[in-house]
Formats: sequence, structure tokens, C-alpha cells
Amino acid sequence: MQITLPASIDIVNAEDRCIIRCSGSWTIPYLASAARELESFRPDKAVSLDVSHVSELDSAGAALWQMQLRAIKDQGLESELIGVKSEQNTLYELLYGHPLKKAKAPLPDSWLYALGKATHTHVLGIGEFLAYLGEAFVLLFYTLTHPLKIRYRSINAHIYATGTSALPIIALSAFLIGVVIAYQSIVQLQKFGADVFIVDTIGISLSRELAPLITAIVVAGRSGSAFTAQIGAMKMTQEIDAMRTMGFEPFTFLVWPRVFALMIVMPLLIFFADIIGIFGGMVIAAAQSHISFTEFIHRLQGALAVKHFIIGIIKGPFFAFLIAMVSTYRGFQVSLNTESIGLYTTKSVVNSIFLVIACDALFSILLTELKL
Amino acid sequence: MTTPIIEVRDVVTSFGVNIIHDRISCTVNHNEIYALLGGSGSGKSTLLREMILLQRFQSGTINVLGYDLESITPADAQNLRRQWGVLFQSGALYSSLTVGENIAILYKEYTDLPHSMIDELIALKIDLVGLPAHARYLYPSELSGGMIKRAALARALALDPKLLFLDEPTSGLDPLSSRQFDALIRQLRDLLGLTVIMVTHDLDTIHHIVDRFALLGEKKIIAEGTLEEVFAQDHPLIDYFFQKGSYGIKS
Repeated sequence: MQITLPASIDIVNAEDRCIIRCSGSWTIPYLASAARELESFRPDKAVSLDVSHVSELDSAGAALWQMQLRAIKDQGLESELIGVKSEQNTLYELLYGHPLKKAKAPLPDSWLYALGKATHTHVLGIGEFLAYLGEAFVLLFYTLTHPLKIRYRSINAHIYATGTSALPIIALSAFLIGVVIAYQSIVQLQKFGADVFIVDTIGISLSRELAPLITAIVVAGRSGSAFTAQIGAMKMTQEIDAMRTMGFEPFTFLVWPRVFALMIVMPLLIFFADIIGIFGGMVIAAAQSHISFTEFIHRLQGALAVKHFIIGIIKGPFFAFLIAMVSTYRGFQVSLNTESIGLYTTKSVVNSIFLVIACDALFSILLTELKL
Repeated sequence: MTTPIIEVRDVVTSFGVNIIHDRISCTVNHNEIYALLGGSGSGKSTLLREMILLQRFQSGTINVLGYDLESITPADAQNLRRQWGVLFQSGALYSSLTVGENIAILYKEYTDLPHSMIDELIALKIDLVGLPAHARYLYPSELSGGMIKRAALARALALDPKLLFLDEPTSGLDPLSSRQFDALIRQLRDLLGLTVIMVTHDLDTIHHIVDRFALLGEKKIIAEGTLEEVFAQDHPLIDYFFQKGSYGIKS
């Protein structure tokens, strides 16, 4: 078996010129050390690159010769290539037979430009989202006047996908939130001997604030991301274009069924989360503070005014509308490259969770001002 | 000239009960352009995928550059992968990287070359496949179909492979670009001493640049050889595939 010697150079100083003797295999796997040696080589007189002992050559080897000759020429010294074998010359000619053009890397934008551009895109984004909402509502009113065009079947399917199949994860999250709140409050309340107020804490905080929020967050992560990915994938495979050409309006076929389904399902999910969350609190109250289930429920009837429960439920459709609209909008923004689907799914979840929290804050202010 | 580079012997492939290849054999020689032909679903792409270690076969042997693919060790497989370049049908450029970075990643992972050299090599490969110099800073999504194929070819050629696998290299290109691409492949074969294996449907490609080919059909290889050799045989699928007697290419 033939042994391949790595590329090596041998620098010989003659009187008027410097000869670099190249030998070994000038191919990619064997080139690294010779490349480093040549990089640090600074001649002070004319240079001959003697390549007659090179056993093998590939494009990387040829590139290294050329780069060396060019570097020497840039120093204002003479350089030449001697002893090129004919088959190596064909390769060299193929690569460097004509001058190699190099493009300069585009300059990165200055921070001011980048900031301006990002701001501008965001401002435009708001406008685009409003335009999207506008188009959606135009088609909503059209569909409402033509009730036969409403996609009941699709709404049904989405109710199942976003509602029924979300029950286990919502049950688990709500139960754990109930447990956490009960644990934290009991420690504080016991200091004042006011254990029994755990019922008020759990009842009001869960049904008014925590159950709607936790449900919305789970739904945004679970169904919002799915909406974006589904519509994004349809956009990438040109299914959306196909629908448009057949006169199937994407808003009536894809957007509103999802929005309606989620708006119907969300209050029900919140109600479900209320029950499970309060149950979680009950379990902890019984274990830590010996408040029996009966006692807990009895006190809950007095402590939990119906308005708290209703406020929690009413938030549902608002949250659902925001989540469904943002996530379908992000789905339509997906472009043809594979990265964008991940990018917009992330954006969709982040945006919907933020909007849900902002909307919740708005509710808080409004309801406090209304003294509810 | 007739050293076998790839030898396929009695390969059987099946997906469940569905048999794709029933004991097929073919040979690819050094420095030739070899094509795998056949109708849709004839298993030519599957055979190509088996040669490049993307798919297992049930029995038989495939030998590539002296390595037996059935009993290859992971280290040898890694070695083998560095000796070939693969051009996928849709290009399969990494969409998060620019064209230049798509090529650079191979040098960065597999060699210890200084940056200035990697930079030179990228410019060289891009020039070699006939892309404009500024293309290296573009992302795959900013390229046209023909440019994507060329960029993918530049990436396949990055490590100066001995073997080049092309999956439908001219599909989706206009006739002029297809012929230019064919000419490029032939030029590279002649000058770089490559062996090229391609899956193709393009009759012009077969006529102009392919040296030998295998025609797959009915789970077998129906014919193997040069265009003349295959045309000398009589089989309905040969007539059908080359549309002999109608407006197909003439022998």
C-alpha cells in the first residue's frame, strides 16, 4: 500500500532568489501544516515555487500555490511557479485560467440604521395586523349575512382539538396552581390564626385571575402554536394560493372557524380550571390545616361572590380572540423558507401570551374603576 | 479505465411486503458518468440512497470505493462520506446559512486550514460552478432554482470528492440551464477525474453526457450499458422509456 506523505515545504536560499520546494500530497487532508508555514513566510527576494515533487494535487493545493504567488506579488517581489506537471496544470488552469473575481462582504448595518429599520418594521407590523383584522371582519359580516357559508363542521373539529383534548393538561396545570397558592397562603395565614381565610384566597384568586390566565397560557402554547404551524405549512405548500384560486376565502375557511371554536371553548375551559384549581386548594387545606371538604365548600359559598366567577369566565372569549387572531395572522406571515415557520410559531406564542397578560391588566384597571 | 468504483450485487430491497429491488446488480466504473434510469416508483432513487448510506437493503452487497456497505464500521463510513459529494434534488442547502457558509462548514468541520485559505477556496468553488462572486453572501431563499443547483454543486465539490452523486440534477431547470449544467458536469468529470452517478429523467442529458446507464423497471435492472448497447436489446420498457419510433431521441 502506498503511503501518502503530508504536504511539506523546504525553503532554500539561493543567491538572487528564494526557492520553495514543495513535496508530498497537496490535498485537503494533508495541507494544514504547510498552509500555516507558508502563511508566516516573509521573503525578502524573488521567489520560485518548485512543485515538481508534489505527488498529488487538488483544488485546495492549487489554491494555496496561487495564494502564495499572489501574496509575494503584493509585496512587490517577483514570483514564479516551476515544475508543474501536465495533469496538475489542467486543474490549475481550470481554477485560475481566468482571473478569480472576489466579492466584498456586504457591510453590516450600523446600529442606528438597524434600530431605525427594526422600529419601522414594528410600526408597519401594527398596521398590517390592523389590516388583517379589518379584512377578517369584512368577511365575517359577509359570512353572517350568508349563514350557510359558515363552516360549522370545521368549528366542531376545532372545538374538539382545542378544547376536549386540552382537558388533561389544563386539569394538571390548574390543580398544581391551586396547590401552590394554598401552600403559600396557609403558611402566612397560620401566623395570624386565620387559616380559614384560605377558602377566600383560593376561591377569589383562582376564579377571578389565575384560572383564566393559566388556561390562556396553556391554550396559547398548545393551540396557538398549532394554528400558526398549520397555516404556515399550508402557505409553504401553496395550499393557501390553491384555495384562493378556487374562490375559497382563507378567512372563512381557516381563520374564523378557529377563532369561533376557541372563543366557545375558552370559557368552558376556564370553568373547568376553576373547579380543578379550587379542588387542588381544598386538598391542601385539608392536609395542612384540617379544614374538611364540607367545611371548605360551606365557607366557599359565602366567600366567593358570583361576580368574581363571572368576571373570570368573561375574560375567556377576549383571551381566545386575541390568541386565535394573533396565531392565525402569524401563520399567514410564514414565507417559503424553512426557518420562518419556527420563527413565526415562536412569535405567535410570545405575542399571544403578552397580549393576554396586557388584556388582563386592562380588565383589572377597568373593573377596579367600576368598583367591581 | 475499467476499475469498478461501485459494485452492486444481488441487492434486495423491500418496504414491508412491497419488493422494490429483486436481486439487482450493476457496476459503475472509474471516471464515467453513470445514470440510473426508470419510471416513477422504479426504485432508482432508493438505489441511490442505498449507495450513499441513507437507506438499508435486505440482502446482497454494495461496494463503494472498496468499502462493503453492509459491514462498514462507523469510522470507515465517516471516511467514505468525505470522499463523495451529494447533490440533492432540491439542493438541500442549509437555509439558515449563506451559500458561502454552506460551503465553509465542510472545511471548518473537516480540515484545519487557515481562514484566508477557506475564504479563497469558497471563492474558487463558487467561480467553478459558474455562480457570480457575490452569490456567496446570499441566503438560499434569495436564489433562483438554477442558482440553488449550482450552489449545491459547489458544496458537493467542497472537499474535492472522487465520487459525485446527483439526484435529478436538471429537474426544474429550463432547457438552456439544463444543457449548461450538463456541460459543467462533463467538464468537471474530465478535469477533476470525478466519477458521477446520477438519477435522471432528462433524455437530453442521457444522450449528451451519460457514458453508461442502468434502466430499472419491474423490480429488476432491465438493461445496463451504453446507449447503443441498450438500444440493441429488445424490451417493451426500453421502447417505452426512450419513446422509440415516436418523437424521442434517435439512436
